[in-house]
Amino acid sequence: MAVSIVNPKNLVYARPKGFTDTPTHYCPGCTHGTAHRLVAEVLEEMNILDKTIGVAPVGCAVFAYNYIDTDFVEAAHGRAPAMATGIKRVLPDRVVFSYQGDGDLASIGMAETVHAAARGENITIIFINNAIYGMTGGQMAPTTLPGMKTTSSPNGRDVETQGYPIRVCEMLATLDGAGYIVRRSLHDPKNIRLAKKAIRLAFETQVHGLGFSMVELLSTCNTGWGMTPVESLKWLEEHMIPAFPLGDYKIALSVAALKI
Amino acid sequence: MVREMWKGNEAIAEAAVRAGVEAYFGYPITPQNEVLEYLSQRMPELGRAFVQAESEPAAINMVYGAACTGARVMTSSSSPGISLMQEGLSYIAGTEVPMVLVNVMRGGPGLGNIAPSQGDYNQICKGGGHGDYHPIVLAPASIQEAVDLIPVAFEMAHKYLTICAILIDGSIGQMMEPVQLPEMQPVVRKEYNWAVSGAKGRKRHILTSIYLDVPTEEKVNLRILGRWREAQANEIRFKEYFLEDAEYIVIGFGTAGRIALSAVRAARALGIKIGLFRPISVNPFPYKRVEELCKQAKSILVVEMNTGQMLKDVQVAVRNRVPVRFYGRLGGVMPFPDEFVHEIQEMIKNPGKLEDDPVDLWYLRMMAR
Repeated sequence: MAVSIVNPKNLVYARPKGFTDTPTHYCPGCTHGTAHRLVAEVLEEMNILDKTIGVAPVGCAVFAYNYIDTDFVEAAHGRAPAMATGIKRVLPDRVVFSYQGDGDLASIGMAETVHAAARGENITIIFINNAIYGMTGGQMAPTTLPGMKTTSSPNGRDVETQGYPIRVCEMLATLDGAGYIVRRSLHDPKNIRLAKKAIRLAFETQVHGLGFSMVELLSTCNTGWGMTPVESLKWLEEHMIPAFPLGDYKIALSVAALKI
Repeated sequence: MVREMWKGNEAIAEAAVRAGVEAYFGYPITPQNEVLEYLSQRMPELGRAFVQAESEPAAINMVYGAACTGARVMTSSSSPGISLMQEGLSYIAGTEVPMVLVNVMRGGPGLGNIAPSQGDYNQICKGGGHGDYHPIVLAPASIQEAVDLIPVAFEMAHKYLTICAILIDGSIGQMMEPVQLPEMQPVVRKEYNWAVSGAKGRKRHILTSIYLDVPTEEKVNLRILGRWREAQANEIRFKEYFLEDAEYIVIGFGTAGRIALSAVRAARALGIKIGLFRPISVNPFPYKRVEELCKQAKSILVVEMNTGQMLKDVQVAVRNRVPVRFYGRLGGVMPFPDEFVHEIQEMIKNPGKLEDDPVDLWYLRMMAR
């Protein structure tokens, strides 16, 4: 651990307790670090770090357990909601969350995602939507926008042959088992604060046994998109938000009644 | 203890309950449905976990999650469903967590049919999933034997941190027999030094099957192999019938082995000095014992409900010391004892040559029928 050289009264920013002291493997400018930090801060603030079990995905966040300082398991591609279900059913008083990207959650793992929500599985999913497969080098994702160039849609996603992006929150919101389904964005400080509030409410939904909770976070992949970090934040705001509107898609009455 | 009439699948389910299974995840597929159905009632009434998953991949990954907590966890399926579970089985093997798998085999390949078959011996014994791993596979030949092996399977799975499979076919799953079930054992939840449960008062645990550092992955592979070698040394199981003075030997596992016992009895009644060797642990396979039996056998007949999958393991043990003959029925066809008796008589008339390929000759006999 680094020795603090800052006078405590001047301290405004520190590593959350839920974070390990590990150099990041994410690309400079990537928003995974922000999302990880928000999760770590919320788990610390709720004082549940020592009763939480994380489920890491396949994708760039495969090593989420290197950073978020809780018990962790590493799922097969797309199967995190099933694995989380297995853990939660055996240990119902623990907090179980998965952290998944768009390829993992909305393509190969769509069935596991939909059915975990339909069962009202009392787990929390942090869903990173950056419209691309980051780890494998920038292929088309289920959330890739029409016309968007990727390594597997080099001329831009052609909806005639490659179909349309999937809006996951809108779809899951139709399911009775879903307790809390919202979409937020990580492109500026205001939205990051709103995202943190949503993550808190998602974990509160689980802690209170109110059903399936998911926070979708619109995120950047500046490397995969071929942009500078600043350009990518602007691109997210201008192109992703119109395609994936921010908002609350399902807040069960019992969740709305929570006093946090 | 009383003996009661039980259907195979239900007896296996109840045996798992009494062995302390804490969580079951499954998906409907014939001919194993009764395991799922029985536990859908029994597990919730005992306050234990039960989920009918949306698919076999989901079911096996629920098992994977539950296994990471150190709980006794089980799933069951039949051939096409087991194929769908191979991804999860490889991850479970790679993460070194314990589970019990019941495979009620049916006719294949493809959708096949729902009749009894032994066509998935290679898939489960030789590893259907990717990577180097070896599940322990136990092949009972009766409902009683299956019931008796269930607690053994949970113990082995935990001892060797591996998959332990009970390999049966649709006939054992579907038939009814008198069974003596074991006493109810309490659920014992231990704190394992590897399991996840929330890092309260201890260092956190991370369970994974990814090791990007290749020398580390090699070490993990060696660790998995080391436990498999221990299982090979300690967990060989088989049954022998009429072998003391046997000059000819039949080898068969599971249902084929059971039918072979009727055939051996009938052949004995004809004055033929023949015995039966029935492997119960088909993985690890009792190579050494088969090798020893070559000293007394003039020739060996291998019977299976497949195209000669266990035959290859027998041949590894026999190493051309004595002639081996093969007889199999396929695609869900169950052989009658008479067919085996006929094969025994033919084998004695013409024991064959060491250089014969038993599958070749059997195939020609089948095509000439």
